[in-house]
Amino acid sequence: MRITREDVFRVADLAYLDLSESELETYRKQIDEILEYAGKLNELNTTNVEPMAQVLADDQTADATLREDVVVPCDVAPEILKQAPDPEPPYFRVPKVIER
Amino acid sequence: MMTTNWTIDGVKDALTGKKISARELASDYYKRIDARNPELNAYLTLSQDRAFAQAERVDALVAAGKPLPPFAGVPIAVKDVISTRGVRTTCGSKILENYIPPYDATAVQRLEAAGAVILGKTNCDEFAMGSSNENSAYGPVRNPEAPDRVPGGSSGGSAAAVAAGLAVVSLGTDTGGSIRQPGSFCGIPAMMPSYGRVSRYGLIAFASSLDRIGPFAKNVHDIATVLQIIAGRDANDSTSTTAPVPDYRAEADKPVKGLRIGIPKEYFGAGMDPEVRKKVEAGIELYRKLGCEVREIRMPHTDYAIAVYYIIATAEASSNLARYDGVRYGLRVDGDSLLSMYRKTRGAGFGTEVKRRIVLGTYVLSAGYYDAYYLKGQKVRALIAQDFRDAFTKVDAIVTPTSPVPAFKLGERTGDPLQMYLADIYTVTGSLAGVPGISVPCGKICGKLPVGLQIFGPPFGEGRVLQLAQAFEQAGGAAL
Repeated sequence: MRITREDVFRVADLAYLDLSESELETYRKQIDEILEYAGKLNELNTTNVEPMAQVLADDQTADATLREDVVVPCDVAPEILKQAPDPEPPYFRVPKVIER
Repeated sequence: MMTTNWTIDGVKDALTGKKISARELASDYYKRIDARNPELNAYLTLSQDRAFAQAERVDALVAAGKPLPPFAGVPIAVKDVISTRGVRTTCGSKILENYIPPYDATAVQRLEAAGAVILGKTNCDEFAMGSSNENSAYGPVRNPEAPDRVPGGSSGGSAAAVAAGLAVVSLGTDTGGSIRQPGSFCGIPAMMPSYGRVSRYGLIAFASSLDRIGPFAKNVHDIATVLQIIAGRDANDSTSTTAPVPDYRAEADKPVKGLRIGIPKEYFGAGMDPEVRKKVEAGIELYRKLGCEVREIRMPHTDYAIAVYYIIATAEASSNLARYDGVRYGLRVDGDSLLSMYRKTRGAGFGTEVKRRIVLGTYVLSAGYYDAYYLKGQKVRALIAQDFRDAFTKVDAIVTPTSPVPAFKLGERTGDPLQMYLADIYTVTGSLAGVPGISVPCGKICGKLPVGLQIFGPPFGEGRVLQLAQAFEQAGGAAL
């Protein structure tokens, strides 16, 4: 077994994800199977392989220098706040975080 | 007038010949959508107001005798993970059920500026995570070719809409095969451009080093026409390249005689449906007849691609999906503290597959497991990309099946995620390497279930891919 129920619980907590008891167990089993399968990567010796941290080669990337610092209008706050579950313009309201 | 099988050129001829107006054409498509969508479930949201306003602008140009832009009046569909200003964009998820983007994706903006009429948003697996469209929170899509079967995924709605004549062309997204596989299952051409070729601005992120926007169409010529519009540098996506955009239709028209085609042995192994094999082998034979030189090649790390893909894609997803927290947009489920609000919102808003991938992705990035899984995955990803570079020193393109199996029955594979993942074996390799790929129809099993032939080209070799795809289509590949 590669992953325990406690592991799934801990990881779901890191991801701020409420999982039900049955989800915990189902995911544990399924993820265990996936990790078992992923273990086949250990067949390969990658000691001298550089990890592929980006897709494009250096000669394919866009101009790597910084763009001009141009001011463009960005008057989008009212429209964006309209999408918020609990807006109080110009703020997003959330449950109280700091106790007095 | 029968408009079901219209192409971009067909629309142009009809509009300039005043056989139909853009408004009538849009109405015609909406009538057909009303008739077929209850069964197919390809569209989640229709954007009539926006579509008719655009159609009227096109009709005004026609009336004034002004030159028409390349997409004038062409009815298109857009996958619901691509942002459309003022038009609901759900990503197939309950967490974005009522989300209305305040801006357009660059690909959408460019197509509309070229005259396209956006009919609506198409169904997909939640956040593009799936290979059958069964992970949508809004129900599965049915395959127009075989309604008891899946259309493929994750861009199932975009594929089904074009295949059923509910749009002339559509946009999908491909992270591990999500354009090419549904194209193959629904029997239409479908293309994933090179990473960096098409701006991802406005594409709601799943896995940022893999996600790409690309077209579905009735023929390869239309694929080239869409790509022409959406390709090219965009200041809003720093990974979009300044590499010049060639004339794709001219590239597609070039003869293929003498081109070297590589057939990787690793793509014809166990797990492949024998009927799919027969069709793809007939497809390779067709290339021989067209004067191409067919060579067997080796791509030794192919067998590791699924493991690498499901580590890297889920790791990136766990990070990208952290933004759904109930604060700025989307669903909020109240809790007695900020953290409990986050947990409840995400627990209730995300579906089964998305939560599974967030857990897996968080795990492979977590302390103690990062080196064993994520870093190892990135190293093997480099080896897979090297396989492609090595191959392209010997051949001009690589030809493989798109999927080891044809469209399967609804519900047949939902119980076992690993088995579902393994069916992505032939598409994830090109996703990891960043190369362009297309799926073109390669006959039908028993005259019913479409098979797709996949063509990979070198990075930014879209022209070569289109050239081979069009030659295949014109030589009767779809009827093999």
